[in-house]
Amino acid sequence: MTTTYRQALREALREALAKDERVFLMGEDVGAYGGCFGVSLGLLEEFGPERVLDTPMSESAFVGAGIGAALGGMRPIVEIMTVNFSLLALDQIMNNAATLRHMSGGQLGVPLVIRMTTGAGRQLAAQHSHSLEGWYAHIPGLRVVAPATLADARGMLWTALLDPDPVLLFEHGALYNVSGELEPDAGPVDIDTAAIRRPGRDATLVAYGGTVRTALEAAGRLAADGIDAEVIDLRTLRPLDVETVLASVRRTHRLVVVDEGWRTGSLSAEISARAAEFALYDLDAPVERVCTEEVPIPYAKQLEDAALPRADDVVAAVRRAVS
Amino acid sequence: MNVKERERLLRQMIRIRRFEERCVELYSDSKIRGFMHLYIGEEAVAAGVLPALGPGDAVVSTYREHGHALALGIPMEAVLAEMYGRTNGCSRGRGGSMHLFDAGRRFYGGNAIVGGGLPLAVGLALADAMQGKALVTACLFGDGAVAEGEFHECLNLAALWRLPVLFCCENNFYAMGTALRRAQAQTDLALRASSYGMPAWPVDGMDPVAVTEATERAVESIRGGAGPCFLELRTYRFRAHSMYDAERYRAKSEVEEWRQRDPIPRLTESMRNDGELDDAALAAIESEVEEELAAAIAAAEAGAPEPVEGLTRFVYAERRP
Repeated sequence: MTTTYRQALREALREALAKDERVFLMGEDVGAYGGCFGVSLGLLEEFGPERVLDTPMSESAFVGAGIGAALGGMRPIVEIMTVNFSLLALDQIMNNAATLRHMSGGQLGVPLVIRMTTGAGRQLAAQHSHSLEGWYAHIPGLRVVAPATLADARGMLWTALLDPDPVLLFEHGALYNVSGELEPDAGPVDIDTAAIRRPGRDATLVAYGGTVRTALEAAGRLAADGIDAEVIDLRTLRPLDVETVLASVRRTHRLVVVDEGWRTGSLSAEISARAAEFALYDLDAPVERVCTEEVPIPYAKQLEDAALPRADDVVAAVRRAVS
Repeated sequence: MNVKERERLLRQMIRIRRFEERCVELYSDSKIRGFMHLYIGEEAVAAGVLPALGPGDAVVSTYREHGHALALGIPMEAVLAEMYGRTNGCSRGRGGSMHLFDAGRRFYGGNAIVGGGLPLAVGLALADAMQGKALVTACLFGDGAVAEGEFHECLNLAALWRLPVLFCCENNFYAMGTALRRAQAQTDLALRASSYGMPAWPVDGMDPVAVTEATERAVESIRGGAGPCFLELRTYRFRAHSMYDAERYRAKSEVEEWRQRDPIPRLTESMRNDGELDDAALAAIESEVEEELAAAIAAAEAGAPEPVEGLTRFVYAERRP
């Protein structure tokens, strides 16, 4: 059936609310407004105000309340409009959600899912466009996932809700309107492994979230020139499925990482470091990285486009690696 | 309040006081390390608030929480063993003095981020309300938290959703070394809480009887479905903020004035005057507390150090579906 990333996410929310009465959705404008990106449209009407809760503009309070409600036996889904806004709740995410199990010597757990929009590409400028999931992937105690496909948008939420630990789910804002085919019986998917989205022999392209499309586009263009690139979608950013990446590098001997985060201290740096640590002698060329330019994301289209990883940049990086 | 209840309050305060006095010695002996914040002077609050809660009620606390933990009934040996970093500590040596936990007693921790526990309390109360449980969550925090954004977000949310939270502000007039009047434009904290549309009133936090009565009144109102309440418990910390504090920010005379209101001698004298307590009864309390303390120290000393092989345990659940 044809659907969109947004509809797939909504279907996942609907399934979760229907299947488990401990599940509720809470966040800014998730109810009457239908979600600031329309993901939760109709859920208030379907499940009522006790399951779909509009909150004040109080990110720290409602994210922390989600943590407390999880401690109290519920299975909250908290929506934060964008990852930039999540910084207002960083104390709760870092100092409570990620640490309570450890600080309590294993007595407590925080089975909470926090959904938020990440990424650029919509001319929303520097306070709505950043890709900060790499920061969160730095933090022990959290799981971080990034659905890049319709199947993952549909299937990651339920698995995340079953997890006994906090899961942050990053929805790329430029994907909401992407449409495609989804199996009518599409359901929960694992949140532990990376996936090979396009097998190839000549180079390994590692991407996640919004950059998977960029990598696939680049791979398509390279194929026309006889370069066969493998595209890996990380899917889960913490804990990383490094084995899938390394196994691919051992086959292709070249690694190009595509990351919408900034290069410095990024997930791309982590992937590169793992390759250097565990697959250095399998590499036939230096690791290449295609990242966002180190500027706050600008508004004007030509500036924003130039700041982000583009398929052209990826093609050029792969060519350098295989030359 | 009857004799038995007053004696219970006195015993609890003495228990907390003697525990912490011994903790200072153990700190000097390097048995306890890290930050350790003493509650000495503020015992009337813990002795009054915690026992006034009912079975199943939840508690969220701060990094100055030895007294709260003891008054809630967490065994003294589990608290002390935690400060020793031992396996029999109530957080298995991962938390220390600032992060005592007891899931079974619904004690959701010492939180060492000022104001950081308030959102948890709101969420615990939300969960209880959603599950139709007539339970209250007590959230203890200091006057410093009132300056944090989280305080205002949480009072608003709890009042808006009429959640069963008892906000207990232990106003000891200092946020670490910064006096309340130097940090907050309106120092009437109950007044500020009341602006969120919840009952809020100041309480003499040096009087455990007054604290008990205020807590009972608030808990009854909350359990009856009237929404959250706020108590401003005016109290004072006699000792340094933590173990390293030259106390340059306050006058010795001010400390001395507050010491005149020390809740332990105050209640002792009052009970003596009313013929409710004699030397023998007081000595019995002291000796029972000493016995408990000696047993706690022995248990902490005997506890195995939490093994290094288990360093990375409890980061994620050990079993996943």
